[in-house]
Amino acid sequence: MDLTSINPILLVASIMISATPILLAAIGEMVVEKAGVLNLGVEGMMITGAVVGFATAVSTGSPALGFAAAALASAVLSLSFGVLTQILMSNQVATGLGLTLVGLGLSALIGKPYEGMKSPTLPKLDIPVLGDIPLLGRMLFSHDAMVYLSLLLVLAVWATLKYTRAGLILRAVGESHDAAHALGYKVIRIRMTAIFFGGACAGLGGAYLSLVRVPQWTEGMTAGAGWIALAIVVFASWRAERVLIGAYLFGGVTVLQLNLQAAGAKVPVEILSMSPYLITILVLVVISARGAHGAPASLGRPFHASS
Amino acid sequence: MNRRTLLSTAAATLVGTTLATGAFAAAHGDKVKVGFIFVGPIGDGGWTYEHNKGRLAVEEAFGDKVETVYQESVPEGADAERAITQMALSGANLIFTTSFGYMDPTINVAAKFPDVKFEHATGFKRSDNVGVYSARFYEGRAIQGHIAGKMTKSNKIGYIASFPIPEVIRGINSAYIHAKKANPDVEFSVIWAYTWFDPAKESDAARALIENGADVILQHTDSTAPQAAAQEKGNVITFGQASDMAEYAPMPRVSSIIDNWSPYYIERVQAVMDGTWESDDTWDGIGSGMVGIGEISDAVPADVKAEALELKDRIAAGDYHPFTGPLNKQDGSVWLAEGETAPDGDLLGMNFYVEGLTGDIPN
Repeated sequence: MDLTSINPILLVASIMISATPILLAAIGEMVVEKAGVLNLGVEGMMITGAVVGFATAVSTGSPALGFAAAALASAVLSLSFGVLTQILMSNQVATGLGLTLVGLGLSALIGKPYEGMKSPTLPKLDIPVLGDIPLLGRMLFSHDAMVYLSLLLVLAVWATLKYTRAGLILRAVGESHDAAHALGYKVIRIRMTAIFFGGACAGLGGAYLSLVRVPQWTEGMTAGAGWIALAIVVFASWRAERVLIGAYLFGGVTVLQLNLQAAGAKVPVEILSMSPYLITILVLVVISARGAHGAPASLGRPFHASS
Repeated sequence: MNRRTLLSTAAATLVGTTLATGAFAAAHGDKVKVGFIFVGPIGDGGWTYEHNKGRLAVEEAFGDKVETVYQESVPEGADAERAITQMALSGANLIFTTSFGYMDPTINVAAKFPDVKFEHATGFKRSDNVGVYSARFYEGRAIQGHIAGKMTKSNKIGYIASFPIPEVIRGINSAYIHAKKANPDVEFSVIWAYTWFDPAKESDAARALIENGADVILQHTDSTAPQAAAQEKGNVITFGQASDMAEYAPMPRVSSIIDNWSPYYIERVQAVMDGTWESDDTWDGIGSGMVGIGEISDAVPADVKAEALELKDRIAAGDYHPFTGPLNKQDGSVWLAEGETAPDGDLLGMNFYVEGLTGDIPN
């Protein structure tokens, strides 16, 4: 076994790239669930973001525009889920699954002309001073802008939920929509905003896959990343800082196991391959054994102002 | 026989008769209905893309006389059985199941539909109405191995493998043997991705190999993601897998293995129309054109290209077998003596590395 061939600087850099798409999707979904809505359509919104972001970046030559278009497209798509579940009171689980199917089909249709094309990718930032620190500089401060944006987003969500009035209202709606309604808050409007935000984040995550991580468009390319994002929200027991830990842990174990294989580590491949899922399950078991789930009390329950 | 088994036997017979009648009626309709079960989306740019090209060729060749149906992204395992059953129930006369993992499901479903013909790709189990077909991809791997051995500067070659099945192991062995011949210092690192299609994971795997020093990436997964990752890293060469992947030529993709299923699919559909279809075992290679070698790009030095093409011609003509002794197994035991070539039986069930490869095959 020759583990010296694993370069820790490159490893950490790869982990950050690998974790970013699921981090973006998961933080968005967490806000949606904090508002009491279970949107199982993350996979569908991600892949829509992936194709729209790719197509826009290819036609305009600007990856930044690609990300913006991806966020917008997925957010608009998620509004269809919002209208169906919040206004027309359809079942959230079924509608969310439907959203995934629609997203997969729609993206295949939009993406047909873009197969095999290359897109402009995000440049790596060259941060002065910080980037020049030996080791740490290359490890942590020489990524593309989206990596830092995703981290800032986590910070912003955490601070908003914890310290602001808006965050408090959002949590109130998720815990007890009837009480929030009685206090005069517009439950449906607040939930729609959360769904819109969640859609935009999933779109950014998808676009990160097609513009940076892979980078290309291939039909069905999210291959389950949206479901991982959903699991991470539960894993994180609906806390922003734990979403960050969950996404980096999952991304980290995935990349690490590939690196261990490449370096020829004498660990059975089966164990390495299942390790990301194994660790996720283990943490979930630990969390539920402790009994403190932290799930918003109104999660997935339909709301109508008459009740 | 107790009453319960008697009843279930009666029920099974009844169901069997009904299904058989249904299939009979369909076979004597105007059209032959041909079904395809795909493991990935047809837009994967690789394996499934080429099978779908075969399907389109069938439609073109027979026009109104055939109807084709297909289902994409069918998971290997229990769900495949449901998908194949549904296709047989919908009146398909001939069903191609195009991935190794459909082997047992195909055999199981075929037993219930004796009048429907099945063709399973890359497997080794047959029955009266299940034929198998595959291509000798390892012939193409030999040529890739030669080019890889000649072109690597770090002497490290990365290999993204999918599942530990004979077809994949044959490819690794064949590539390794010929890389080693071209360059005795060469080392292989193999990553088992446990997926046929997951662009993000394939891309991560390619990056991990490159970061561990590999400057040649061979892949046995279906998407073009490793090509994109190699291109981004620069100074790494790759080979198109299953499809030409020419959009990544001349660098990183320097050549490719192309699966050409069209002639075979057309021939088998014709056989069903003529009523001459019989379960058989087809395994063709470069010689018959089922395995194509994509254009070797200018990134390859002219002398290496000439050697590769010569190797291709010798394999096509049957003068050279990629598994020719002396060859030892990984544990040092003798597999093939001097001048001996591998019998097909050994190749079909291959579950060992040849001498020189490191690491274990997961099982």
